[in-house]
Amino acid sequence: MTAVEDAVAVPAGKDPLGIQHARLPRWTPAAVAIGAIVLAVVAGAAADLGNKVQVGLIAGLLYVVGTFAVSAAVEGVRQAKDRLVTVLMWGAFLIAVIPLASLIWETVDRGKTVLDADFLTHSMNGVLTIGPGGGLYHALLGTIEQVAIATVIAVPIALLTAVYLVEYGRGRLATAVTFFVDVMTGIPSIVAGLFVLSLWIVILDLGYSGFAGSLALAILMIPVVVRSTEEMLKLVPNELREASYALGVPKWKTIVKVVLPTSVGGITTGVMLAVARITGETAPVLLLVFGSQAINTNPFDGTQASLPLYVYQQWANGNQASWDRAWAAALVLIAFVMILNLLARGIARWKAPKTGR
Amino acid sequence: MTSTPVETTDRPPQAAGSRISDQGTSRVGDKVFLGLSRGSGIAVLVIMGAIAAFLTIRAVIALADNEGNFLTTFEWNANAIPPKFGIAVLAFGTVVSSVIAMLIAVPFAVAIALFVTHYAPRGLGGPLTYVIDLLAAVPSIVYGLWGALFLVPHLTDFYVWLDEYFGWTKILSYDGTAPRSLFTVGILLAIMILPIITNVSREVFAQTPQMHKEAALALGATRWEVIRTTVLPFGRSGVISASMLGLGRALGETMAVATVLSPSALIRPQLLEAGGGTFAQNIASAFKEAGQYGRDALIASGLVLFVITLIVNGAARLIIARRKEYSGADA
Repeated sequence: MTAVEDAVAVPAGKDPLGIQHARLPRWTPAAVAIGAIVLAVVAGAAADLGNKVQVGLIAGLLYVVGTFAVSAAVEGVRQAKDRLVTVLMWGAFLIAVIPLASLIWETVDRGKTVLDADFLTHSMNGVLTIGPGGGLYHALLGTIEQVAIATVIAVPIALLTAVYLVEYGRGRLATAVTFFVDVMTGIPSIVAGLFVLSLWIVILDLGYSGFAGSLALAILMIPVVVRSTEEMLKLVPNELREASYALGVPKWKTIVKVVLPTSVGGITTGVMLAVARITGETAPVLLLVFGSQAINTNPFDGTQASLPLYVYQQWANGNQASWDRAWAAALVLIAFVMILNLLARGIARWKAPKTGR
Repeated sequence: MTSTPVETTDRPPQAAGSRISDQGTSRVGDKVFLGLSRGSGIAVLVIMGAIAAFLTIRAVIALADNEGNFLTTFEWNANAIPPKFGIAVLAFGTVVSSVIAMLIAVPFAVAIALFVTHYAPRGLGGPLTYVIDLLAAVPSIVYGLWGALFLVPHLTDFYVWLDEYFGWTKILSYDGTAPRSLFTVGILLAIMILPIITNVSREVFAQTPQMHKEAALALGATRWEVIRTTVLPFGRSGVISASMLGLGRALGETMAVATVLSPSALIRPQLLEAGGGTFAQNIASAFKEAGQYGRDALIASGLVLFVITLIVNGAARLIIARRKEYSGADA
C-alpha cells in the first residue's frame, strides 16, 4: 500500500491530483532538430569538414542524443526511451529508402538516354558492341517466348498440385508435398539452371535453346503458383462446396465449376506475380539459353537472347555505349515487371472472393 | 390434385436412379481428376528428387578426377589437366557476404516492419506496404547493374573513412582499389533482401493480438514498451523464419554478386578490398570458359549450394510450422 502511495506521490508537481507526468510541448522535436543542425554546422565549420554527409551525420547523432536528454530530464527515462525508439524507427526507414529510391531513379534516369522506338525494334546483329546503336528486340522476343513456354508447363502442374493439397490432400503424401513445395520456393535459380544443364545438355546432349531455359524457369515457377493458388482455394467458403454436393454434383465437377471459378481472380494474380518473378531470372538463362546477338524466333532450336541476360552481357562489355544499352534494357525489364505486378494486384482487388460478411 | 403428391413421391426413386447412373460416370471423372492432381503432387516430389539425383551423378564424376581436395583447395582450375579445384574460397565468400548482409538487413527490416505497423502516420502504412511489395519484385540483375555502376564508385569515400578510423582492425583496412569486394557484396545483398524480410516480419507483427497490446497500454506502457512486451515476443519466431528466408536468398544470389565482385582465389581478412568469390558467382563467371569437365565441377559446387539452401529453408519452414501450432491458442 505504501509503495502505491509513494508512486502516486512522486510526480506531484503542477497537477493537484499528482497522477500526470510532465510532458514536453509539441514544438520540442522541431526545436531540438534546429538546435542539432545549427550545432553540427558550427562544429563542421570549426573542424573544417568539407563533407556535407559528415555534417548531416553529426546533426542526426546530435538530434538523437538531444531528444533523449531533453525528454529524460523533463518526462523521465521511460518516455525518453520511447521517443528515442521513435526517432530510430523513422531514421531506419529514411536510411533504407535512400538506396531503394536511388535504384529506381538511376535506372529511369540512365535508361531513358537510349530508349526509343529504334531501340525496341532492332537486334544487336552486326552492331559493334563498343559503339552506340542496336537494340533489344531479339532479347524481348526471347524472353516472351521462354516465359510463355515456362508458364504453359508450370501452371497446369501447379494448379493441380494446389487442388490436390486443398481438396484431396490428407496423410503423408500431402504433408511431404507441402513441405517440399515450401523448400522448392527457396531453390536458388542457378541450381535449377544447373539441374537442367546436367539433365538436358550434358546427359541428353540436346544443346542450348530457349526451351531448356523454359524448363528451369518452370521449376522456379511451380512452387510460387502452388502456394498462392493454395491460399486462394482455402478462401473459398465451404458452404459453396456443400451446396454443390447437396445438388448431387460430383467432386471433380464441383472443383472445376464452383471452386476454381470462385477463386479465379486470386489464381490469376498468383500466376502473374510468378511470371513477373521468372521474367527477371538471369542465372538459369545464362546457363541454358546462352545468349545471341541476332533474332532467333525458334525457342526449340539454337541459342536465344533474353532480356535479363542482355542486361548482363551489355554490362560485361565494359564500355559506356554498352552500359547505356544495359540501363535501357534494365528500365524495360523493371517497367515490364512493375506493370505485371500492378495489373496482378488490380485483378486481386477487383476479383477478390466474397467470403461472406 | 391427388396426382401431384403421387408425382412427388414418385420423384425420389427417379432422382435416385439418375443419381446412380450419374455416379457411374462421375466416379470415372473423380478418379481421373484425383489421379491427375495426385500425379502433379508426386511430380513435384519427383522434380526435387531428380534435382538432387542428377546434380549428384555429375558431381561424383567431377570429384573422381579432382587432383585437389574439394573442401580445402583454394583455386578453381577445373579445366586444367589434371583438374584441381576446391570450394574453400567460395564457401568463405558465400558465408561472409551473407553474414554481412544479414547483420545489416535484419535490424533494418525489423525496424521498418515496426515502423509500417506501429509508427507510420495513418494512411502511409498501406501504400508503403505496396511499395515494399513492388521492390521485392525488382529483378536481381537490375540490383547487380546498379551495384556495379552506381554503388561501387560511391562507396570509395566511405571505405577510405572506415580505413582511417578502423583500419587497425585489419578487417576494415582499405588499399584504395575499386571496392568490388565481399563487403560491398554484403551491402548490396542486404539492400536486396530487405524488402522480403520486411514483408514477412510486417505480416507477423500485424497479427499481434489486439488484446495483448491493449492490456499493456492499460498498465501504462509507452508505445515502445508495448512493442517490447507484446509485439516482439509474439513475432520472434516469425522474424527468425523471415530472416532465414532472406538468408536463403542471399546465399543463392548469382547475378548481383557476379557483377559487383572482382573474384580471386584468396581468403583474406581484408573484406573491403577486392577478391574472394561465392558459389553462385563462380558458377556464373566460370561457365563460359568451362569445358565438359569444367561444367561437372561447377555442378559439384552447385550441389553444395543446393544442400546448404535446402537446410536453411527447411529450418525456416519448420520454425514457421511450429509457430502455427501454438499461435492459435491466444488469438
